[in-house]
Amino acid sequence: MLDRIGKRFDDGAVAVRDVSCTIRDGELFVLVGPSGCGKSTLLALIVGLETPTEGEIRIDGRRANDVDARDRNMAMVFQSYALYPHMTVRENLAFPLRVARMDRDEIARRVAEAAALLELDGLLDRRPANLSGGQRQRVAMGRAIVRKPAVFLLDEPLSNLDARLREQMRTEVARLQKRLGTTTVFVTHDQAEAMTLGDRVAVLRAGRVEQLGTPRELYDTPVNLFVATFVGAPRMNLMPGRVEGDRAVLPIGDVRLDERLRGALGGRRTFVAGIRPEHLREAGRHASASSVALHATAELVEWLGAETYVHFTVAAQGFDAVRHADARDQRDAGERLSFVARTDGASAAVEDRDVDLAFEPRAVHWFDAATGERLGG
Amino acid sequence: MSARTRRFEQACVSAGSALVIVYALAPVAWIVSLSLKPAADLGDGRLLPARATLDQYRAVFADPGFAAALVNSLGVASLATALSVALAAAAAYALVRLTFPGRQLLLSAALAVAMFPPVAIIGPLFDLWRVVGLYDTWPGLVLPYMTFTLPLAIWTLTAFFRQIPWELEKAARVDGATRLQAFYRVIVPLAAPGMFAAAVLVFIFAWNDFLFALSLTSTDAARTVPAVIAFFTGSSQFERPAGAIAAASVVVTAPIVVLVAVFEKRIVAGLTAGAVKG
Repeated sequence: MLDRIGKRFDDGAVAVRDVSCTIRDGELFVLVGPSGCGKSTLLALIVGLETPTEGEIRIDGRRANDVDARDRNMAMVFQSYALYPHMTVRENLAFPLRVARMDRDEIARRVAEAAALLELDGLLDRRPANLSGGQRQRVAMGRAIVRKPAVFLLDEPLSNLDARLREQMRTEVARLQKRLGTTTVFVTHDQAEAMTLGDRVAVLRAGRVEQLGTPRELYDTPVNLFVATFVGAPRMNLMPGRVEGDRAVLPIGDVRLDERLRGALGGRRTFVAGIRPEHLREAGRHASASSVALHATAELVEWLGAETYVHFTVAAQGFDAVRHADARDQRDAGERLSFVARTDGASAAVEDRDVDLAFEPRAVHWFDAATGERLGG
Repeated sequence: MSARTRRFEQACVSAGSALVIVYALAPVAWIVSLSLKPAADLGDGRLLPARATLDQYRAVFADPGFAAALVNSLGVASLATALSVALAAAAAYALVRLTFPGRQLLLSAALAVAMFPPVAIIGPLFDLWRVVGLYDTWPGLVLPYMTFTLPLAIWTLTAFFRQIPWELEKAARVDGATRLQAFYRVIVPLAAPGMFAAAVLVFIFAWNDFLFALSLTSTDAARTVPAVIAFFTGSSQFERPAGAIAAASVVVTAPIVVLVAVFEKRIVAGLTAGAVKG
């Protein structure tokens, strides 16, 4: 567990500030954030390659700030894999065991076991230079597994692989983790990886945890504009809005202020509203009594087989521009805001033709225009 | 570019290379030639000896002083090399891996030591060694050799260490290795080509040195080959020692040539790729 961890480097750069979280036994915990957000530093702090300048790291309730990396019984997979180039795959796998002075037979047994698990049997006498990216990745995993550590730390282990291989290894990593049941901390900048892999996910920005929760919590109730736009692809549509009488006026249509919404907005006259692309549906097929209709012209239709992205713009004259750093207004010269709707593969939308869309008021996320914080539950 | 100008260019390059090779190797060829001539033919001015004989070599090896000098040279140079490279490896590693105030200054200071003219300290060193009891001993030579070659070794190794991804060391530490284990099991093997390069340079310096060897030794106890050669005399006062000197020179040059020939491949081979992606 991490308790108010801070790390300031010698040159004064603060990489991690005031991070607290508890990583539970056996879970796959994901640290996700844009590059430079301090996630790798946090990992280095956990594994003991860096010492926190503030706060306390506790492992099983015991303070571990000054415990050396080699005594933490954690194994790490580096982004670059960091395979020892002068050793064969077999020697790479055996290295952690050899420095632990394990006896020869046990080493051979464990290496064989890990090699079988990761399908490295045929490669044991090769050197890293003669392996493909996926194979190197598996060797790095193997080197972590042989020691049977208490915790696995994976630092962007999939980012050097091509897209197809990455997806395959992602599944493999998840399966391996479930099978071994070892507590795992996984660092990535890819929100899709974080969402699919994580039991729980911590979204980091500039050394701070913005939100910590299950992938579902992050997706359904992002605490601020940063998390709202970071999680989910295509990203959430954001727009400025204002209150007029008993209505919340949005560029995509008006929403009646009910009790819940009135409470959430708490007397604010302006706000930022967000709606996920899949909540902008094609009208007629999913319409209900409460849904708000929206007519637009499809500018671009991306058909992906199972789903279709419909890009359109909406007039935003008269609305204040969103000034929050995480949701800067990107309206064009004609004062129109870009939106994207995600509908299914059977979509009837055609480029340059009108399309009838609709959304449920319940699906709209509300944020404070100044702070970017989520309003209401 | 037309084929003609290209051919002309190649011809120029070939001619230039040939000139350099002739210029560099002519004295060597002359010495080899001298060493093979019988004493009477030394002044005949022919490059190819009229009569070849190994008499000079036999004479040189029969000289107990020369045999002792060979042992001294080999011992002193090897010791100086081992010490210099070991110390330089530690220093270079610290310079690359640790951030501490004055790091750049230290590197510059090391370079300054290399600029220092050895002649300037010969006198004081001579006196000092006599007082301390290092005069005419192996350590008396090993110490200055080591000192004067350290900067070179440090700079060479610093360059090599810089190329090694730091993550490898971190990985080793996480894998349970101590700092020292990480250093000699992961870093050193990867820097091996650099170590060889540095070692060869240090060895050649120590092996070829004449100044210290001449000034700081007096007997067979520590006198090295270059110094001994200077004391060669002919078998009689009417005979020039040129033949013996030539033979001895060839004998001491051979190990260097072999050394470079053997290690050149390792140096050029460079680091085996594949530590990191790519």
